Amino acid sequence: MSDDHHGDPNLQHHFEDMDQQFNASKLGMWLFLAQEVLFFAGLFCFYFVFRYNYPELFEFGSQYLDAKWGAINTVVLLISSLTMALAVRCAQTSNKSGLILNLVLTFICAGGFMGIKFVEYKSKLEHGVFLGLFDYYTVDSELAAREGNVAPTSPVERVAHATITPADPNATTIAPPAATPTGITRPPASAGEAHDHSHDGHEAHDHSHSHDDGHGGHALVIHGERPANLHLFFSCYFCLTMLHGIHVLAGMIMLVWLYLGAVKGRYHAGYFTPVDLGGLYWHLVDLVWIFLFPLLYLI
Amino acid sequence: MANDNHQDGEHHGVGHVVPVSLLVQVLVALLFLTGVTVWSAGYDLGWANIYLAMLIASVKAFLVVAFFMHLRWDKPFNQIVFVGTLIFVALFLVFSLMDTRAYRHQQRTGDAPFVGTSYEEGKLQAESQGGSGH
Repeated sequence: MSDDHHGDPNLQHHFEDMDQQFNASKLGMWLFLAQEVLFFAGLFCFYFVFRYNYPELFEFGSQYLDAKWGAINTVVLLISSLTMALAVRCAQTSNKSGLILNLVLTFICAGGFMGIKFVEYKSKLEHGVFLGLFDYYTVDSELAAREGNVAPTSPVERVAHATITPADPNATTIAPPAATPTGITRPPASAGEAHDHSHDGHEAHDHSHSHDDGHGGHALVIHGERPANLHLFFSCYFCLTMLHGIHVLAGMIMLVWLYLGAVKGRYHAGYFTPVDLGGLYWHLVDLVWIFLFPLLYLI
Repeated sequence: MANDNHQDGEHHGVGHVVPVSLLVQVLVALLFLTGVTVWSAGYDLGWANIYLAMLIASVKAFLVVAFFMHLRWDKPFNQIVFVGTLIFVALFLVFSLMDTRAYRHQQRTGDAPFVGTSYEEGKLQAESQGGSGH
C-alpha cells in the first residue's frame, strides 16, 4: 500500500510513507487534545471547589442564566459536530462538494453559537454582572454608603424574594414567559423603580419583581437573597464560557482554512489529514460544552 | 489519485470511514440525552442532581469521542493517550475536592471570600462579616 504513495506530493520527506505521516499527525493531535483537556480541567476544578464550598452562589447566580439559550446552543454545537464528522467522511471518500457543504454548515453553526453567546453576554452586562475583577457591584451598597462613597446599585441586585426558598425548583430557575435573549435584560436607566420598596426591616431584599423590558413582556425573576460576593459565580461562568468561546473562534478560523483548501481540491481519499485533525479539534470544543451546559445552566 | 483506497481504509490505518447512518444515530442519541438532562434538572433530587447530570454528560462525551472522533477504531496508543488524560483529570479533581472537604468545617454558609481589586474593598467586606477576615 505504501508504495502507491511514494510519489504523493503531500508526503513530507521525513516520513516513510503516507500511513506513517498520517499516524504521526494523528498522535500529535491527540497529544494536543490531551493538553487541552487538562487545560480546561483547571477551570473545572475552580468550578467544583467553589461549588462545593459556596453552593448558594451557584444556586442564586444560575438564575441569571437562561437554560433555554444554553440548550439551544447545545443543540447547535451537536449538529455542527455531526456536520464536521460528515465533512471528514466526505474528505475520506473524495466527495469534494459534500466536504465544502459540510464545512460551510459547520461554520454557520459555529457562527450561530457565537451569536447566541454574544446576546447572552450582552444581557449579563446590562444586569451589571461581569468577571468579578471588573464587577462594579461587588461591594454592598450599604457598606459603601457608610464609608461615604457613592453606592453602586445593580438593576436587579435589590430585587429579590426572601419568602421563596432556593430549594424550591421553581425558585432556582428563571421563568421568563418567552424565549428571546433580550428577555432577561433591562435597561439600567430604569433601575430607580426597583429602589426603596423595602418593607418591614428586611434589608431591601424583600420583594420579587418581574422585569418588563418593553420588548414584549419577557422577564427575569430572581428569587432569594443575593449572597455576598456573588461575582465569584460570574467569574467562574465567564472564565469557562470565554475560554470555550475562544476555542470556538479558533475553530471557525480553522474551518475557513479547511474550506479554502477544500475549494482548491486539496483533500481526497489519499490525503485528508487536515480535515480529520480539524474535526478532532472541533469535537473537543463540543465535548467541553457538553459538560459546561449542565454545570452552569441547569444545576 | 488513490481514490480507490477507501474501500479497504478500515484495515490499513489511514482513517476509518464511518457510515452516515451511524453518525446520524449518534446525533439523535446526543439530542435525546440533552433532552433528558434538561428534563431531569427540572426535578429537585438534592445532591443527586449533579451526579445525574455528570453521568449523562459522560455518556454523551463517550458517544462523541468514540464515534465522531473515531477513537473506537483508532490506534490503541491514541486511546491510551486520551484515557490517560481522563485519569489525570480525575486525579486532579478528586484530590482537590478531598482537600476542600478537609477544610469544610472552616466554611460558613454565605461566607464566600472576597476576591476583589483593592484593599479598601476587601476591608469593607471583612467589616461586613464581623471582622472575620479572609
